[in-house]
Amino acid sequence: MSITRRRVLGGVALIASLALGAPAALAQDTIKVGVLHSLSGTMAISETTLKDVMLMLIEEQNKKGGLLGKKLEAVVVDPASNWPLFAEKARELIAQKKVSAVFGCWTSVSRKSVLPVFKELNNILFYPVQYEGEESERNVFYTGAAPNQQAIPAVDYLMSKDGGEVKRWVLAGTDYVYPRTTNKILEAYLLAKGVAKEDIMINYTPFGHSDWQTIVADIVKFGSAGKKTAVVSTINGDANVPFYKELANKGVKATDIPVVAFSVGEEELAGVDTKNLVGHLAAWNYFQSVKDPANDAFITKWREFTKNPKRVTNDPMEAHVIGFNMWVKAVEKAGTVDPDKVIDAIVGIEVPNLTGGVSKMLPNHHITKPVLIGEIKTDGQFDVVWQTKGLVPGDAWTDYLEGSKDLEADWVGKKCGNFNTKTNKCGS
Amino acid sequence: MAARSKLGRFFYSALTLVAVLGMICVAPFAASANVLDAPLARLEADSFSETTKAIEEIARSGAPAAATLLQAMADRRLLFDPTTRTVAVKDAAGKLLDPRTLQPLASPPSGLSPVRINNRLRGLIDAELGTLALVSPDRAKRLEAADAVFKSRKASDLEAVELAISRERDSAVATALRKAHSAIQLAKEDASLSVKLAAVGELGAFTDTDTLGLLNQTLASARQPELRASLEAAITRIEHQRQLLAGVQNVIYGLSLGSVLLLAAIGLAITFGVMGVINMAHGEMVMLGAYTTFVVQEAFRTWAPGAFDLSLPIAIPLAFGFTGLVGIAIERGIIRFLYGRPLETLLATWGVSLVLQQAVRTTFGPTNREVGNPSYMSGGFEVFGVSITWGRLWIIVFTLVVFAGLQLVLRATRLGLEMRAVTQNRRMAGSMGIRSARVDALTFGLGSGIAGIAGVALSQIDNVSPNLGQSYIVDSFMVVVFGGVGNLWGTFVSAFALGIANKLLEPVAGAVLAKIFILVLLILFIQKRPRGLFALKGRAVEA
Repeated sequence: MSITRRRVLGGVALIASLALGAPAALAQDTIKVGVLHSLSGTMAISETTLKDVMLMLIEEQNKKGGLLGKKLEAVVVDPASNWPLFAEKARELIAQKKVSAVFGCWTSVSRKSVLPVFKELNNILFYPVQYEGEESERNVFYTGAAPNQQAIPAVDYLMSKDGGEVKRWVLAGTDYVYPRTTNKILEAYLLAKGVAKEDIMINYTPFGHSDWQTIVADIVKFGSAGKKTAVVSTINGDANVPFYKELANKGVKATDIPVVAFSVGEEELAGVDTKNLVGHLAAWNYFQSVKDPANDAFITKWREFTKNPKRVTNDPMEAHVIGFNMWVKAVEKAGTVDPDKVIDAIVGIEVPNLTGGVSKMLPNHHITKPVLIGEIKTDGQFDVVWQTKGLVPGDAWTDYLEGSKDLEADWVGKKCGNFNTKTNKCGS
Repeated sequence: MAARSKLGRFFYSALTLVAVLGMICVAPFAASANVLDAPLARLEADSFSETTKAIEEIARSGAPAAATLLQAMADRRLLFDPTTRTVAVKDAAGKLLDPRTLQPLASPPSGLSPVRINNRLRGLIDAELGTLALVSPDRAKRLEAADAVFKSRKASDLEAVELAISRERDSAVATALRKAHSAIQLAKEDASLSVKLAAVGELGAFTDTDTLGLLNQTLASARQPELRASLEAAITRIEHQRQLLAGVQNVIYGLSLGSVLLLAAIGLAITFGVMGVINMAHGEMVMLGAYTTFVVQEAFRTWAPGAFDLSLPIAIPLAFGFTGLVGIAIERGIIRFLYGRPLETLLATWGVSLVLQQAVRTTFGPTNREVGNPSYMSGGFEVFGVSITWGRLWIIVFTLVVFAGLQLVLRATRLGLEMRAVTQNRRMAGSMGIRSARVDALTFGLGSGIAGIAGVALSQIDNVSPNLGQSYIVDSFMVVVFGGVGNLWGTFVSAFALGIANKLLEPVAGAVLAKIFILVLLILFIQKRPRGLFALKGRAVEA
């Protein structure tokens, strides 16, 4: 048998059809779920965990018998902390891998970069991280906190008697969209609460800022005006560790100037020597230390799945748990994974969260969540010192900014993400 | 009238009788009960307002265990069990003690959890403990107590502070106590004007921010014009002094930033400056050094937690050796094939940097790793109102030592001589019998090793994560280029110049703008003097 060009070509075609055909045949039996989290680059520090959570949730759902009689299949891609690559990978997930829904993104800029793709190809994104608000898209479900579910309650707590009746505020953040917008909202809120302009100090630092000497000195100086001072920190990820170290070295204790952070959770504290941080605060919708049977079960499962008995859990992980369970329920309700049907079915769906409440998907594609304030303990966990009575509905458009307070998002009645209640028109 | 008063007297004596009888009846019970019972019972409510009352009652009880209990509560070692209504104290060894007697509990209940406190309660406990610790035999405790009393300024502490001042022998503690004394008098509502004025006079001698805060706070509520005038004068004086110091303080911050920049750049000054290799993996060498520190510290935590302070001195040579070997491997394995081709070197070393990052991420996980600060690296002190933190001070010293050591190697050893010979004229050096390939490998190893020990120092002030190196690579190139490629003293001057310029700009322009401004200045400077501050002259330039 001589090797002819035709034979070779035929062989290649056969192998190719085998290679391609096998997954194609499988694909009909599975529902694909996209996981779009950075596994390399700067954001891997936070996002890798979320990928693992998604794998665990999907595995668990399959153990329960899958969804609509089919197995779920996770499709994991690595956008490598590169914002344009997020859009490319999202397109790959939807157009080539034919996923039914995507769970992913961390930074606001990555979310903004994938938005057009999700709109164009009409798919669903579950976004699990607290963010600056001022957005509501038909194809996106925001399972993290909007500003009114994190920043504003935290400020309220600090103003209360238990929080220390703070009168002077330092709003410190990393220089990008989330801190800038959050601080704008907070500033407007504080001014509305009667705080004088000179009692608010706003400070921005570059990403990964590591030399905090001047800024900590400024904060201490600002705090010496004889009024109780607190720092509201939207400092992002890695820059927090040197910031807290500098505070501790300068002898600033939580009883003098407390710092309430919106981006510091159990995962971030895992890399910090916490003995000097005791008493500093964080505002989240979930803490690992919350005593609740659902939470205990989740922590046990997570530690078994990661085979690490010390592995910690955090707020965005809970957001993915809620988002995934909502999606499963919506798919069951709609009887299909078709994005249009699921988008319509999911509003109003209620699933238990891990802190003992029941979260509900709202018509503005945000969810209801409790707000908890925790103080850092020596073991890197949080002690919940305050929480809202009941759940707080997420507000896409803040009531404290001009141009935003008249807007309303309603994807059920008005089919609009930015309905202007003054002009009665969709779109500002 | 008389009859009435007689009646009154009768009632009075009857009441006294009843009271005395009552006391006699109650006394046996009171003996078995304890002054701490009522406050401890409050803890079971698990509410912050009840705990507040409990703290005050425990402090006032006069019980010998009071200070121990409050300290335990602050450290979350005071436990309670709602079902069996027991409170227990856990001592340092983890043993459970009875809070009343501080004797071991016979049958410790199982459902114990710590009494919860928040910042407000923590402040309250500090204040109460301060009052109790004013007479502690430990000098550091007394200092802390004086500070706590200064912050709480409770009028009820006045006598205790006066007593403590009369007994105090240590001058630093006495000063702190007098400061606390003045603070209490200033805050006391019924103190006379002259007393308050004297207090302002005493406090005006201090320059710290806490005093400034107190004076500002008093000014906001002060009514008497004399008091206001003297407060304002004191505040202006303190602020004026602080302003004078701010310049000095900024220069010190700049020196500290400069030392960090120099430490990160000094290895690059060798690999890039002396050898001419554009080494994008330099930052990863720093990162590997930091991870070496982490591994050494983990070993100490596991086997010798008592000797934790030794972890850094041990980590320094290990980090140098490890990253040096990795550097030699990179040079032998990749870079030596690419000499004279800068673009390929850049891309290849960038690839190496990504590989190293991901390797570390896979081995140690993507999250930050905890590197602790030994006791001599934590905290700070104040000299003439300028605050300096120990960690930063040691890093400045360490940088100078490393720089001096490197100069010594280059000037006074055979390897240094060969290095300079090879970099100045490779072929001539070769013909003199120097094995230039070996020298290349060792030079690259030396540069990488120094980056490694920079990592040990940086692990003390920055996070130890796979991304650590990336944040330093741009700054390092900036320093080396600005200082003049191939000139170690140029790197030295440029690091401190950039550090100080950055810190002087930061208070004016903010951290973000300061950084941009420095970059723009640097670009303009390089336009004018492409070879940096100290350009090498002669043949080496053409090589």
